[in-house]
Amino acid sequence: MTAATLHPRLQEIADDFHAVMGQDRLQLLLEFSQELPPLPARYAEQHDLLEPVPECQSPLFLAAEVEPDATVRLYFDAPREAPTTRGFAGILHAGLDGLNADEILATPAEFTGQLGLQDLVSPLRLRGMAAMLGRIKRQIREQRG
Amino acid sequence: MTVTLPYDTAAKFADYAHPEMIVSTEWVAQHLGDPGLVVAESDEDVLLYETGHIPGAVKLDWHTELNDPVTRDYVDGAGFSRLMSEKGISRDTTLVLYGDKNNWWAAYALWVCSLFGHPDLRLMDGGRAKWIAEDRPLTTEVPQRPQTSYPVIDRDDKELRAFQDQVLAHLGKPLIDVRSAGEYTGELLHMPDYPQEGALRGGHIPGANSVPWARAAAEDATFRPRAELEAIYQGEAGLRPDDDVIVYCRIGERSSHTWFVLHHLLGYPHVRNYDGSWTEWGNSVRVPITRGESP
Repeated sequence: MTAATLHPRLQEIADDFHAVMGQDRLQLLLEFSQELPPLPARYAEQHDLLEPVPECQSPLFLAAEVEPDATVRLYFDAPREAPTTRGFAGILHAGLDGLNADEILATPAEFTGQLGLQDLVSPLRLRGMAAMLGRIKRQIREQRG
Repeated sequence: MTVTLPYDTAAKFADYAHPEMIVSTEWVAQHLGDPGLVVAESDEDVLLYETGHIPGAVKLDWHTELNDPVTRDYVDGAGFSRLMSEKGISRDTTLVLYGDKNNWWAAYALWVCSLFGHPDLRLMDGGRAKWIAEDRPLTTEVPQRPQTSYPVIDRDDKELRAFQDQVLAHLGKPLIDVRSAGEYTGELLHMPDYPQEGALRGGHIPGANSVPWARAAAEDATFRPRAELEAIYQGEAGLRPDDDVIVYCRIGERSSHTWFVLHHLLGYPHVRNYDGSWTEWGNSVRVPITRGESP
């Protein structure tokens, strides 16, 4: 099976996951959940600007903003009691925030299957991350008109 | 020789049919570190344990540890023996389970351990949420318990587990559907907020009464007192203690919570969990289905 080509930043994250096994992989996911930055005030105060992602097991909200030079900023909100969902958001933030719109649109949907998490997290949860990516891409396309 | 740990003598528990199956957060706090006790956390979110757990508690992962990795089934006797041995649990260990979401997954883990007849299983009332609400200590330190030698016990699916053909033969006898109202009527093909975990057909097993599982839990995630549980299951759903009852949900996890309530808190001797549940029934060819609000 040929893995789809990933942006170097995402590839680095995938490599980091593959460099460790089992419990250490979960620990890495936990670190991503802890590194997810808090919402900026404009979203925290007006939460309905964020789009809900019902495919996730726990409440998850996100927004993608395309800046005039096509740089994309990503914002996520997930409760602390949902570390797995936060971890997925953390991976997408670390891997995609600040890339340009085309780079994100070129991210293969099957990327979520390339982190080696299938044996640790049920496939249904991983689909939640794929759904986040799908919604990010849709928001980007909408903003580009 | 291990001495059995004392039961929790809290007045609320004394009313239950099997008070030896449940302990309070207070009891756990007092007995942490006692020889013969292992506390295990079982959550829906596979990372919650890593964010902090009861000091000394081991993790029991429903997804990766209790299921067979290939066949849709639970681990076998050898697998369970290996798992318990690795966790440092012996056959005479008092195993106290707790978890997130009203002990939903902890009850599931307890039910699976019951299929292997582990002699001393208890659930911590209120689970993780109550422990945290009471500001009790949490740690991220993972305990290193010495490995034990848990015997290989064949799983016994006869008493506590029901399969699809047995449910078909059971039609006309009491069934409790513990899913949400929308899943029961057939309006939803999945749990609210879990759209991926669906079935091809919606509705419920003919004759099943609807009692959503979380009704058995109070606001603080503890089980309701016996009188309130009786009002729900006997008063509203019309069950009788000597009934032969089958409970189901989507994959058997939420219904494990109701199984615990009926079998251990109310003391019904014949309660089976149909773990194939709606993901099997709603995808099966030519099994009868009822839609709408009536059983």
